[in-house]
Amino acid sequence: MIPAAFEYSRATSVKQAVAQLGAAGPEGKVIAGGQSLLPLMRLRLSQPTYLVDVNGVRELDYIHPDGQFLRVGAMSRHVTLARSEVVRAQLPLLAEMASQVGDAQVRTRGTLGGVFAHADAAGDYPTLAVMLDATVVTDRRRIPAREFFQHLFTTALESDELVCEVVFPIARGPHRYLKFRRRLYDWAIVGAAVQQLDSGWRVGLTHMGPTPVRATGVEERLSAGAAPPEACAAAADGLEPPSDVRASAAYRRHLAQVLTRRALEQAA
Amino acid sequence: MAETLRVTVNGEGRSDQVEPRVLLVHYLREVCGLTGTHVGCDTSQCGACTVLLDGAPVKSCNMLALQAEGAEITTIEGLAPPGGLHPLQTAFWQEHGLQCGYCTPGFIMAAAALLAENHDPSDEEIGRGLEGNLCRCTGYVNIRRAVKAAARAMREGESAPVGG
Repeated sequence: MIPAAFEYSRATSVKQAVAQLGAAGPEGKVIAGGQSLLPLMRLRLSQPTYLVDVNGVRELDYIHPDGQFLRVGAMSRHVTLARSEVVRAQLPLLAEMASQVGDAQVRTRGTLGGVFAHADAAGDYPTLAVMLDATVVTDRRRIPAREFFQHLFTTALESDELVCEVVFPIARGPHRYLKFRRRLYDWAIVGAAVQQLDSGWRVGLTHMGPTPVRATGVEERLSAGAAPPEACAAAADGLEPPSDVRASAAYRRHLAQVLTRRALEQAA
Repeated sequence: MAETLRVTVNGEGRSDQVEPRVLLVHYLREVCGLTGTHVGCDTSQCGACTVLLDGAPVKSCNMLALQAEGAEITTIEGLAPPGGLHPLQTAFWQEHGLQCGYCTPGFIMAAAALLAENHDPSDEEIGRGLEGNLCRCTGYVNIRRAVKAAARAMREGESAPVGG
């Protein structure tokens, strides 16, 4: 299967990428790692008329600790995040998630910025960003993660706007990310992430709705002194997860509770 | 409109005119004539098309050829010197790590990337390292055995060519 024809240009700076996107018009798209976009293009589910390749934008390939924050450049590859000593020391949950994205081949190419811009409901990093109140930095503004993800494959980005960086708070405490999938390389049917901060536990869920969610009900129960089995009962409260070929909504609610409990019990 | 792609494939520098929508796997097979890299699932899942891009494993069906600009690509044909076999090729043969063989080039390239970083992988590490590759005939026991045998041979420096 060959993608529909499109025009293509390479950018080597943020400025150039934004200019090329502007010239491309609303049917233009950014290609970074392409690990989600190219399969969609080959199935002709996506037919951009113009691709701006940002793989040459070296200024977006960095990982910088900055005070209480970890600034991660959009062109950071999954394999880099998984192995980075800085990430493993300052935000180990991000490294843990990165090591479980797709498979080894996908992790070679796929990027952090691509995951955010693509906004698949089953994406892993968005859950971390929402539960920790991370900030998405674009070429023109800063967007809180909880406002960035608006719906399935829909973000706050303008058509010519580029994700440049994600700013996560540093978190070195106990954490775990568990995702349930039928095949090792597959997307999460449901995922549960837990991170202990000085202020208490943060709990996030993947694929329990069109955007990642923070399981505040679980967090509140934990703050009140509840043990994981009791706290996790609130994991799916108020959520309406999708039913699809992989799992029914009821099964997803069950998974959210079980994975949250296990993640809390295994957090280290 | 076709653009110029400059890339090194199995040690040979090339310059070709390539349409943007040409995937790397089709460039390798149809322009370079290297048909050892297979198109399997066509949906970026099976890993039969795995090649090394600057030493790292990628699914060549999931990359535009133009995105390989300036890179060094190694395909199954370039893993061993002409006429020889890489220890992984020998091991897949000797340990019967295949049945129909369609997935084999991808498995060997993914395993080559794994062994470049881990000279003595455990069963678990082999499973994780090859998670992006599917075999629909033989199962994975002999594949795992072959990777272990190759790792052993490479540690012992037994890379003497077989066959050819």
